[in-house]
Amino acid sequence: MNEFFQDSVTAGVVISLISYLIGMEAKKRWKLPILNPLLISIVLVIGFLLIFKVDYNAYNNSAKYLSYLLTPATVSLAIPLYQQMELLKKNVVAICIGILAGVLTSLGSVLALAVLFHLSHEEYVTLLPKSITTAIGMGVSEELGGYVVITTAVIIITGVLGNMIAELMCRVFRIRHAVSRGIAIGTASHAIGTAKAMEMGEVEGAMSSLAIVLSGLCTVVGATVFASFY
Amino acid sequence: MKYIKQFGIILAVTFAGEVLKYMIPLPVPASIYGLLLLFLLLTFRLVKLEQVKEAGLFLIEIMPLMFIPAAAGLVTSWTQIKGILASLCVMIPLNTCFVMIAAGKVTDYLIERRKKGHE
Repeated sequence: MNEFFQDSVTAGVVISLISYLIGMEAKKRWKLPILNPLLISIVLVIGFLLIFKVDYNAYNNSAKYLSYLLTPATVSLAIPLYQQMELLKKNVVAICIGILAGVLTSLGSVLALAVLFHLSHEEYVTLLPKSITTAIGMGVSEELGGYVVITTAVIIITGVLGNMIAELMCRVFRIRHAVSRGIAIGTASHAIGTAKAMEMGEVEGAMSSLAIVLSGLCTVVGATVFASFY
Repeated sequence: MKYIKQFGIILAVTFAGEVLKYMIPLPVPASIYGLLLLFLLLTFRLVKLEQVKEAGLFLIEIMPLMFIPAAAGLVTSWTQIKGILASLCVMIPLNTCFVMIAAGKVTDYLIERRKKGHE
């Protein structure tokens, strides 16, 4: 099986696609927020690799073509953002301050929990960029002397969690405007959360895309300042 | 032909983003430079919406799939995560919820206030 995956140019993509389809089907049938298609597909793929003893690198040998599309897809997020230009202009102050509040909350709560759990300085700076998009977060973590592998893992887990709880959180905490919902999701859970925001609506998706960019850039500056606090 | 051109433009902007990343020494990825660049190109009508729309929206629609390989790669970093697993289990959910509430509520409040100001 391992050898087959090593040689195949489609096996990893097909396994990922089938897992995602199963996830969507499960969500449609049972309608529980825990049945998130992305979470289900990740669990299924990991389960498959472990059961059939397929090496991750063999799987990724073909699955990497899915990751390849991530950069042009992120660039494309400019399209919905442009389509919501009017809404963006009208609410620019609220949006910028909202994102800033989210970034400070993220950095502040990492600091508070680092003190609470007696984390080392290296572990603390590893977690500082947890809410922002992977590529920026890895750079920040490396710059500050964190463990980049853990940063990447934590960022992905944060994104998947955000994707899962986004709808529920907006409902329970009565985040009323579509603009605010998008900002909340993008600031807390970057591109993976934005995938959910896109499903919720055009405005949510566009604002979430904007929040990825602005919260990412704010965190580059903010994390450097916060790194000196602990 | 339409899709070739659309995908071509998106890839060209992505490439320009990679060039910017190479030249500017900041921890900002090519995708973010590309996103800002495409937004500016659309704003100044150097690229028209119709020239990128369908291909771009297709890429966005299949975006969740693109996270599966990286997330499945968590199996390879398990040994490193294990050490601080307990604190992560508390921290990640709390932090994610706090940020969502703070960003969402503050934006909501300011939008409401602006609306009232107009009345």
